[in-house]
Amino acid sequence: MLIHPEEILETIKMVTNENLDIRTVTMGISMRDCCHPDIDTFNENIYEKITTCAKDLVKTTDDVQSLYGIPIINKRISVTPIAIVAESCKEPDLTSVARTLDRAAHDVGIDFIGGFSALVQKGMTPGDLRLINSVPQALASTKKVCSSINVATTKAGINMDAVALMGRVIKETAHLTRDQGGIGCAKFVVFANAPDDNPFMAGAFHGIGEPECTINVGVSGPGVVNSAVRALENPSLGDISECIKKTAFKITRVGEVIGKEVARRLNAKFGVLDLSLAPTPAIGDSVAAILEAMGLESCGTHGTTAALALLNDAVKKGGSMASSSVGGLSGAFIPVSEDAGMIDAVLRGSLSLDKLEAMTSVCSVGLDMIAIPGDTPASTISAIIADEMAIGMINKKTTAVRLIPVPGKTVGDMVEFGGLLGRAPVMPVNRYSSEKFIARGGRIPAPIQALTN
Amino acid sequence: MQTSLTFLKGKIMVPSRFVITVIGIDKVGIVAGITRVMADFNVNIVDISQTIMQSLFTMIMLAEIKEDNFDLSSFQKAMAAKGHEFGVEVKVQHEDTFRFMHRI
Repeated sequence: MLIHPEEILETIKMVTNENLDIRTVTMGISMRDCCHPDIDTFNENIYEKITTCAKDLVKTTDDVQSLYGIPIINKRISVTPIAIVAESCKEPDLTSVARTLDRAAHDVGIDFIGGFSALVQKGMTPGDLRLINSVPQALASTKKVCSSINVATTKAGINMDAVALMGRVIKETAHLTRDQGGIGCAKFVVFANAPDDNPFMAGAFHGIGEPECTINVGVSGPGVVNSAVRALENPSLGDISECIKKTAFKITRVGEVIGKEVARRLNAKFGVLDLSLAPTPAIGDSVAAILEAMGLESCGTHGTTAALALLNDAVKKGGSMASSSVGGLSGAFIPVSEDAGMIDAVLRGSLSLDKLEAMTSVCSVGLDMIAIPGDTPASTISAIIADEMAIGMINKKTTAVRLIPVPGKTVGDMVEFGGLLGRAPVMPVNRYSSEKFIARGGRIPAPIQALTN
Repeated sequence: MQTSLTFLKGKIMVPSRFVITVIGIDKVGIVAGITRVMADFNVNIVDISQTIMQSLFTMIMLAEIKEDNFDLSSFQKAMAAKGHEFGVEVKVQHEDTFRFMHRI
């Protein structure tokens, strides 16, 4: 037999016991040919475009899933940032566009649609501002729509006016979805150096340099890495890195074969394969558990940043060996509410917001799915965002913030989001004010790219 | 990346080789029952291996399907149903899943 029975069983074990899955097949669709000054015509155009391009997405993905026997959890769509394509609509409220996206997503049967987005790292056009102002209502009145705003890049610096605005948008979104623990904020992310081809939500959008229609695939598998690391007998850190690399390689290869097959059947371009260890609330499917498998008593203790750096780098190395199409975020995610190990670490008192911030400087993405007290001032949220954007800008990497100021809840409370979003303990923020700093506005200039000590 | 999937008339696709795994508690008649379903669907066994791993009966088959328009979904359902009868888990997966994961 070409393949050894043990190898076959290893693959089957990854799926049945260790939660290996294709987290998402995300179809990126350009909306650039949908522009129209009349918002009703514009909405018709985007509905038509999405439902035409993606009409077979779900069926094809399901067929490929049963062909290869690897579960594909979500089917998603990303579109061109709506602020760009809706710029010529002078309508001040773009909520109707979000509703149209939601309806299209529902009608083609996908799980999420991303791209209610704006790229404002250097400044805002009137269209950008209209979109940002529509975000709270858009997220409160839709189910599947995700929104993202890029407020910083390494080349442009940080748009602090936009950062100030983000704090208010997050508060307003939480307020409008207060009946469900502020869940609207779980569909909103603020970026530095946002990638154009990320298949993961809430930050997926179809970048302006992308082709007409692409298939991007997000592969996950913290559970697989966790089991592989735990199976090692008294390993050195070098052995652990080697083991993670090999595991990442295997997972990526499977993702690639599936992504290419889906793209081929849909006559779309295969875009990127994003190997990101995206945890789920399932036991063992946890990034915190991997860090603890390396020898930390509890995630968040001293040594966590180093362990995460090792993990993230090894995942990237294994992934980039396995596929020439690696892109998106590709690394380890550390969302608190979605990772049972992270939740335990917070409850145990070993993981704080400050430590999470430090961890984001060495892993992909950032402060993710963190519940904070509902009465946190908008300026404090903006300041948390500013810190995270600075880490991304200086380190030339993507960072993001997805915070939920849970209305009516305070430190020590627990909030349930359900499903993949999990549950989150409300974490304390620094009680001193950042009000004056945020009120100054303007721009933090782009950093020098030399003298890098 | 070349897959072993082939095209016919640009439309109908013929998945060629599949790995079939049967895992569970050993019982009289498992092999006969499972291979009966395969014969009904005109599925040819290229290679077969059987072992007891961690006290579980494990049978792995490499199967070939030559039909132009094979109904994979019905075959998978019939195999899973037969497995259910014997209390074992039966999976039918394209060989590329394993080939790409374990071979460069």
